[in-house]
Amino acid sequence: MSNKMNQNDGVNGNINSYRRKFMAGVAGLATVVTVAPGVVLRQVQAKDPAEAVTDKKRWGMLIDTNKLTDGGDACIAACKKEHGWGDEKLSSNEQDAQWIRKVKVTEKLTKNETVLPVMCQHCDTAPCADVCPTGASFKRADGIVLVDKHICIGCRYCMMACPYKARSFIHETLIDQRPDTPRGKGTVESCNMCVNRVDAGKNPACVDAAPQAMLFGDLNDPESDISKALKEYGGTQIRADLGLNTGVRYWGI
Amino acid sequence: MNKRITFSEAGSGKGFLTLLAITGGMAAVGFLSFLFMEHSGHHVTGMNNQIVWGLPHVFAIFMIVAASGAANIGSVGTVFGKKIYQPLGRLSVITAISLLLGGLMVLVLDLGHPDRLIVAMTTFNFKSIFTWNILLYNGFLAIMGFYLWTMMDRSKLAKSLYKPAGYLAFLWRVILTAGTGSILGFLVARQYYDAAIMAPLFITLSYVLGTAIYSLVLMAAYKWTGRDLGDAVLNRLRYTLAIFIAAVLFFEVIRHLTNLYATEHHGIEAFILRDGGIVTAIFWLGQILLGTLVPLFLIWCKKLRNNRKALGAAAILAILGGASLIYVVLIGGQSYPLVLFPNAEVTSTFFDGIVNSYSPSIYEFMLGIGGVGVALLVIVLAVKVLRLLPDSLADSVADPHHKS
Repeated sequence: MSNKMNQNDGVNGNINSYRRKFMAGVAGLATVVTVAPGVVLRQVQAKDPAEAVTDKKRWGMLIDTNKLTDGGDACIAACKKEHGWGDEKLSSNEQDAQWIRKVKVTEKLTKNETVLPVMCQHCDTAPCADVCPTGASFKRADGIVLVDKHICIGCRYCMMACPYKARSFIHETLIDQRPDTPRGKGTVESCNMCVNRVDAGKNPACVDAAPQAMLFGDLNDPESDISKALKEYGGTQIRADLGLNTGVRYWGI
Repeated sequence: MNKRITFSEAGSGKGFLTLLAITGGMAAVGFLSFLFMEHSGHHVTGMNNQIVWGLPHVFAIFMIVAASGAANIGSVGTVFGKKIYQPLGRLSVITAISLLLGGLMVLVLDLGHPDRLIVAMTTFNFKSIFTWNILLYNGFLAIMGFYLWTMMDRSKLAKSLYKPAGYLAFLWRVILTAGTGSILGFLVARQYYDAAIMAPLFITLSYVLGTAIYSLVLMAAYKWTGRDLGDAVLNRLRYTLAIFIAAVLFFEVIRHLTNLYATEHHGIEAFILRDGGIVTAIFWLGQILLGTLVPLFLIWCKKLRNNRKALGAAAILAILGGASLIYVVLIGGQSYPLVLFPNAEVTSTFFDGIVNSYSPSIYEFMLGIGGVGVALLVIVLAVKVLRLLPDSLADSVADPHHKS
């Protein structure tokens, strides 16, 4: 009996060992099946060029002015490098394009000073897109506000409408534009949230230039870092009174 | 009893050729300026990323608004049935069409991409008041053409359509000027705009400008063609002008008082009314004193009754006043900085927080003059080839209440 038992134990032992391996294998496979797409997707966020942009995502940006020790100089330099603005030869200072600028705010009563970078705030209900007669100024489904340079007629009504002074008109002929950033005389332009980089799965250039102070991500995804941060600590919109629901939020202003 | 009124073309001669040369020359100057601006880019202008709409837009808005008002003379005859105005309708419609053409020309030629006019005409964003205005302007030209046809054609069909066309033109005009005023009224970002009163203000302003320009065109046409023009017609125009100058003043007072009541607008009001330098000077001297009070005096002073020079001067000053109003609204409104942070001082490399100055270049002025030239050229040509002017507007002919 005992031998039999021992024999059975041996058989059972083999079976258990087999089961364990099988289960481990299944579990491992299940893990791979579950985790892998996530890992793979996280590695390659790039959008297939043929894939339509949807409103499932809403890209946004959070800027912590307290951690932006240079006030945004590195961001501005990165933006210029990425998009090639800032070297107009014939235009006056007042005519030069500025996609992003450093603004110093001094509260009149308390004299409290804050420095922050200001660019297109990528409004949900963008006044520039509302007023554009041809629809050249538009908001992409994922919240990025930009200008279609092919149908912009250069009327500058969007510049009149923008509460953030985020837009520039090109006053002279440009040469050697960046391949990913179409720009040209007689059209209006502004920060496009580095749409070329975002579609390739990268961060906007300014965010990469100041990673300690800026977060970029999907505001519609509750698990994204930016959504978590905003949920926990909130974030301020410039001219929130206008109710434009901006895609760019600030800390420290 | 109203005598039968006959219309005839203006004669040719040295006067006609001189006018043709002057207005054509003005149009040519504008065209050359356009070519230069288009080739160089807007860096040759005084406009920039702070003052994005400049002198060309002052000219364009002025003429577009005036166009609507010029057609009012016709409307008073058709819609309100005032007989004395009816013979004035043809010239009224032509003046309206020509002013709109001139204004639109300036507006279009100032675009960053005037070559994309076809895009503007075919790609629409119906949330934009600009898009609606494009449709309203085109519709205006078509309706005015139709209205003129009902006035001039002798067929029964045309006569039967005269009243409906007049009503349609009247309604379209009011909507068009409301739309033009709303271009500024719909701008939430700017302290000086973003007010519904812009639409009625522009409608009233259109009557001032239209009546003033029409009066001058009529007096000039009758003087230069040697036709009779009685005081009855001119007095009607005189008082129409005065009433609308007063109405614009009323709207302006209301607008500024409303702004002065709201703390958030104190800054812009202080700028326009007190601290704005050239803008303040244009407001008080150009718009209020010379453009409003002096013409009202010239019209209502009893000693100047039936005085044509006084009417001419009042009309010229009313035009100056209206242009000043548009300049102050457009340039003054943009000069004052956007408020990014209320109760804070703001500075940046992009001219945040400072009052922007604007010095128009000669090219912008030339482009505007070109638009005026085109408008006048169209009137001169139309008066020459079409039967627009009654042979006589003497009181005995034109005034239904005339007692001989």
